[in-house]
Amino acid sequence: MNIIFLLAPFSVALGLLAVAAFLWTLKKGQYDDFEGAAARILIEDEDTPD
Amino acid sequence: MAVTHDLGPAGDMRAFVKPDVRGHGRVDFLVRGARCAGCISKIEKAVSALPGVTAARLNLSTGRLTVELDTAGGDARHVVVALDTLGYPATPFDPAAARVRADVEGRRLILCLAVAGFGAMNAMMFSVPIWAGLFGQELGPATRVLMMWMSAIVGAPCAVFAGMPFFESAWRSLRGGHANMDVPISVGVILTLVISFSETILRGRDAYFDAAVSLLFLLLVGRWLDHLLRGRARSAAADLLALQSPTAARLDAEGAEALVPLSEIRPGDQLRVRPGDRIPVDGVIEAGLAELDNSLLTGETTPVIIPQGGNCRAGALNLSGVLVLRAVAGSEDSALAAVARLVEAGAQSRSRYVRLADRAAAIYVPVVHAAALLTFCVGWMVGLGPREALIRAVAVLIVTCPCALGLAVPAVQIAATSRLFRRGILVKSGAALERLAEVDHVVLDKTGVLTEGRPELLDASPAIVARAALLARASRHPLAQAIARAAGEGPMAEDVVENPGQGVEGVIEGRTARLGRAGFVDAPESSGSESELWFGFVDGPKVRLRFADALRSDARATVDGLKARGLGVEILSGDLAGAVSVAADAAGVATWRAGLTPADKAAAIAALSGSHKVLMVGDGLNDAAALAGAHAGIAPGTALEASQNAADMVLTAPGLATILEAIDVARSARRRALENFGFAALYNLIAAPAAMLGLINPFVAALAMSGSSLVVTLNALRVGGRR
Repeated sequence: MNIIFLLAPFSVALGLLAVAAFLWTLKKGQYDDFEGAAARILIEDEDTPD
Repeated sequence: MAVTHDLGPAGDMRAFVKPDVRGHGRVDFLVRGARCAGCISKIEKAVSALPGVTAARLNLSTGRLTVELDTAGGDARHVVVALDTLGYPATPFDPAAARVRADVEGRRLILCLAVAGFGAMNAMMFSVPIWAGLFGQELGPATRVLMMWMSAIVGAPCAVFAGMPFFESAWRSLRGGHANMDVPISVGVILTLVISFSETILRGRDAYFDAAVSLLFLLLVGRWLDHLLRGRARSAAADLLALQSPTAARLDAEGAEALVPLSEIRPGDQLRVRPGDRIPVDGVIEAGLAELDNSLLTGETTPVIIPQGGNCRAGALNLSGVLVLRAVAGSEDSALAAVARLVEAGAQSRSRYVRLADRAAAIYVPVVHAAALLTFCVGWMVGLGPREALIRAVAVLIVTCPCALGLAVPAVQIAATSRLFRRGILVKSGAALERLAEVDHVVLDKTGVLTEGRPELLDASPAIVARAALLARASRHPLAQAIARAAGEGPMAEDVVENPGQGVEGVIEGRTARLGRAGFVDAPESSGSESELWFGFVDGPKVRLRFADALRSDARATVDGLKARGLGVEILSGDLAGAVSVAADAAGVATWRAGLTPADKAAAIAALSGSHKVLMVGDGLNDAAALAGAHAGIAPGTALEASQNAADMVLTAPGLATILEAIDVARSARRRALENFGFAALYNLIAAPAAMLGLINPFVAALAMSGSSLVVTLNALRVGGRR
């Protein structure tokens, strides 16, 4: 049962990590251009030889 | 009529370049026509390869291209030229219109939303064992209290932080002497936290920390949707306005030209206005013969000729040659300002509109608080003891939480406006959508709304049109352009010379031909009409070409559609009675008035508003006051800035038929919102008595709350109009 004193704070810390990650993606502008992000995956990258 | 920037050799775009922190320059362009991955790579590759450009990035969702220049003083003119050759018309942003406003409120909401989401999930994690205990699972009192404390440690700080926007708003409204929706929310959350702490300390049974945070989370989702809606419409509106020349070509002492923002023009400045551009500020003509189209200012379709030394008003379209004018007013003091005052007066009457959600809150707030108070008093009287009575009162506040109510309207409106946005209708606010749904009478402007707002060639033999077009393609005069449009793409005559205000001369098949005014072409007769041109070889017979402002192809269908929806239709125009009567007949409108001034129009709208909820559709400056004064206003995307600002909705797609779609979607959105209110009321009618009787525990509260929000959101997605 004592393990809960370790696991509970650990899970809360994981949650905080997720919040921080979300705020980071927000700040990096990852939600600014959904259509562009969907389209850019289709662009051929000419720099890499194939 | 979006004004394009004429990038003549003296054109200068330095006004648009903003220096960034590293000493580089940055320019934003609005690019039209980019739709796919191919467009992105084509545009970015071409622009990045230009000299002086370090980087280019296109945002496909907004159509904005951000270009980084290697020096702050760099010239971005060749970017526009390069984009133009690729087939994507681009316009630089006015630095003022494109100024990136730090979205402080949005950032705060998203931060609160993230914290509330974290708090709700993590507090609930500790609540699950407590809920299990409620259903007879093995959970000792010591473990339960431990879980309650953990839930408190995670949930309470999150609730306080995420609740701040609500607490502040509630406090502001209480100090103002009235109660908005945030008051019951704040009271509910604070009471819940207090009672949960006291129960935890007293080793009681019910702690609602997770409920308090998830309540805030759901409410913040509603707030965020509402904010998104307003922000998106605002930035799209700014894009539209940025397309309308916010600059003017100012001449310095040596006669060199520089593009400057309108706000920098001072009285006494010399300005050059090219044909096809609008007069930027009120001024006096110093050089050139001015033939001005006032149709957006007054609704008159016939151009007026102003001699040198004459006055011209801001907003008029220059039809003839290059003009030089001396500004007599800055942009704030121009004739536009008088209209702006009328608009302000109209907008005030509109701001008295009470939104659906606020009307619901006005009923909801006293009822819920009375119910909670009643629960406490009656519970205490029948011998429950103050502690149990208080817990029940708090349970009433929690289960009747207005989160379904808070989501009901924003969720519907964001679904409706996204739908309309894709169909080319820009809705500026949720309230606009609500007002549009209530409309029962439609007032249409003629010029630019029912009609194209530009002259079209009337019946003429194709052979003559094809020949006249050889000359007409060289001119930017609207009548000449109408000929060019009628003839389609083709070659130009040789040795073409344009005489401003007179006509075009050129050599066709070795013979000299002229296209222009009767006097210029040597026509046998002249009616003096402004809506005709003559064409002929110098040594041959002359032909008259007649023009009229043509009705939009979907005008009739739109009017019929409006009538079919039970709406009254009427035309208010500033044009002459003859022209209005013809257009009214063609469109099938029986009621019309002509020759109205802007003030007349506003007064007519005010008179109609007594018995009707009026929708005004107009594009001209003379409609701006009427647009602002009407219950709802729609402006076409070709309208002047002042009208677009005064309107609730802007049509970005060509054609009128989208108005019908807007009305259908608005009405559907209203039905969905009312259904949502009905559902929320039904839910509260069941949940509140259950809470009063003590049947609600934290588990049931959490389930009921998220369940009702889910139902409301799903119902919102059903918004639709006729396809």
